[in-house]
Amino acid sequence: MLVVKDLRAEVEGKEILKGLNLEVGAGEVHAIMGPNGSGKSTLGHILAGHPAYEVTGGEVSFDGEDLFEMETEERARAGIFLAFQYPVEIPGVSNMEFMKAAVDAVREERGEEPLDSISFMKRAKAACQQASLPVEFLKRGVNEGFSGGEKKRNELIQMLLLEPKLCLLDETDSGLDIDALQVVADGVNSMRGGDRSFVLVTHYQRLLNYIKPDHVHVLAGGRIVRSGGQDLALRLEDEGYAWLEAEVA
Amino acid sequence: MGSFLQQPIADVAQRVPPWMQSLQAAGLAHWQQSSWPTRRTEAWKYTSLKPLRDDYTFITPDQSTYQPEAPLKPLSGDCQLVFVDGVYRADLSSAVSQDGVAVCRFDEANAEQQEVIRQRLNSSLSQEQHMFAALNTATLHDGVLLEIAANYSGDAVVEVLSISGAHDSPVASNQRLLVVANPGSTATVVERFVSLDGGCASFSTGVTELFVGANACVKHYRLHEERDAAVHIGGVYTRLDRDARLQSFHLALGSELKRLDLLVHHDAPGAHAGINGVYLPRGRELIDYHTTIEHAVPHCTTDEVFRGIIGDSATAVFNGRIHIHQDAQKTLAELSNRNLLTSARAQINTKPELEIYADDVRCAHGATVAQLDKAALHYLRARGVEKHDAEMMLSFGFINELIDAIEIDAIGTHLRDLVATSYFKPSRQGDAG
Repeated sequence: MLVVKDLRAEVEGKEILKGLNLEVGAGEVHAIMGPNGSGKSTLGHILAGHPAYEVTGGEVSFDGEDLFEMETEERARAGIFLAFQYPVEIPGVSNMEFMKAAVDAVREERGEEPLDSISFMKRAKAACQQASLPVEFLKRGVNEGFSGGEKKRNELIQMLLLEPKLCLLDETDSGLDIDALQVVADGVNSMRGGDRSFVLVTHYQRLLNYIKPDHVHVLAGGRIVRSGGQDLALRLEDEGYAWLEAEVA
Repeated sequence: MGSFLQQPIADVAQRVPPWMQSLQAAGLAHWQQSSWPTRRTEAWKYTSLKPLRDDYTFITPDQSTYQPEAPLKPLSGDCQLVFVDGVYRADLSSAVSQDGVAVCRFDEANAEQQEVIRQRLNSSLSQEQHMFAALNTATLHDGVLLEIAANYSGDAVVEVLSISGAHDSPVASNQRLLVVANPGSTATVVERFVSLDGGCASFSTGVTELFVGANACVKHYRLHEERDAAVHIGGVYTRLDRDARLQSFHLALGSELKRLDLLVHHDAPGAHAGINGVYLPRGRELIDYHTTIEHAVPHCTTDEVFRGIIGDSATAVFNGRIHIHQDAQKTLAELSNRNLLTSARAQINTKPELEIYADDVRCAHGATVAQLDKAALHYLRARGVEKHDAEMMLSFGFINELIDAIEIDAIGTHLRDLVATSYFKPSRQGDAG
């Protein structure tokens, strides 16, 4: 589904990714861990098409298509979803209007009719319930005045509604209390199955107690330096990243 | 004042009853004494009068034959006075007075009402300083007097709809509204100015005066929906008595030239003025709001918020002056003007002006100029929303807060639809890929 080959990227002239390779097959769950500043978030931003990040080398294909030939919105419509680490507040734009526009755009790409407001509301309400966020939040401005946890739940609602093929979660677990983490994990787990794939970018092994990954990768110095199963995550939790950095160096 | 409108002004003078002629004459004298503004005139520094033509004429009642495709309806309530190119059209209006709400046209005013008009007209403004109000007075031939009885607290809404551009050749028109809200009353007034699609060029000088009595409240909506070659130079002038409240909302879509002067006098303690406004020029349009709040007495408050979205090669001017006189202690005044430029060629000239001569006041002002928030734009696009649509959503969000605050739902809905259909271009179909 997703093939990343020798990806190099920089932001503001500083090279962050230095030849990253990653392959995510249909239906797989991958976790990417790594110390601060290793380029974890950069990967998500690059895949979602953030304009501040410049790709300087390598290639990425999604379902066989060259990702770099696609605009940000085209990637989203093709089924890539990035749950932001820091979702943006947009006062004045209603959360519901925004989500309806997004769902309609994605449906249009799939050749489906736009949802009428009643069907959309039904789905939105169900998603709110699953994310444990009161329906009233749909009437507010996008993320406007939401707490950190509420923003993450709002990301989950969007993910549930948009039904993407590939979900990238950028430190969605950071700063969440255990209840909120459980909600997000349950949401992700409910979406697993079939061909849908996940890439969980996380700083903490804790998330992986709730969402069991098929593969764990360690990102350090702009490259994946080690891949393995969940035991790798446990070792990182126990021993930190120093041993890996020493091995690589 | 040169030859501008000289003949049309003379024509209008012959059409009015004697009591109005003296008002006209005074206006004409002020108009003739004014000198034509140039770019060196401070109040007109960023606004050129070039779009004004020299071939406007005033329409006579028998020339007004316009018929709308569908019956006209007020936005809210059931009282609507319709003027087409300055001529009152009884056949299109549904103007009814009801208990406590007296609606009367200058043309049909009785002796008592004539006296009210004579006393109040131009008493909230200086014709020397507001030359186009003087021009309006010089060409006065009709107008609307709205008098609200003391302690009236019903929910009547009076709408004055001015339609322009219904004739074959360029038209000048004169709109005049006088609102007298007696002590303790509540008045809701909607002024709508629209131009016909593909209609003739027009020049309007809409002057409104609001007199808000002690402890009275006036809710005033002034909606300039005119487009294209509709030039409007007008103003709203308000006097607030003790504990009076003004709640006003202004909207201007762009046209060749719109210049609106808003002036509020806090005449007695305890008065409050809440003024919100939105302006949306695009193309090569120009919108100029000059607002002045005169705090002459203590314990008055002003809360003024204007937001503009300026697109393409359009220009907007916002000059917000708050003048706090020496006696106006304990004044609370806030002024905010935020602007969104959606193109590199768009221009905003914003100038908040605080003049404070009292030492115990709280005053804040701020003006910002920004472009669309890139992070927000990316966020919307990352959810599949097309770039153009995302830009529209963000722009609309910028002014939506002010529209959401409008008390009358029907007006909020009208404005949302109006802005969505006439300002924001619809998404290009088939451009999804």
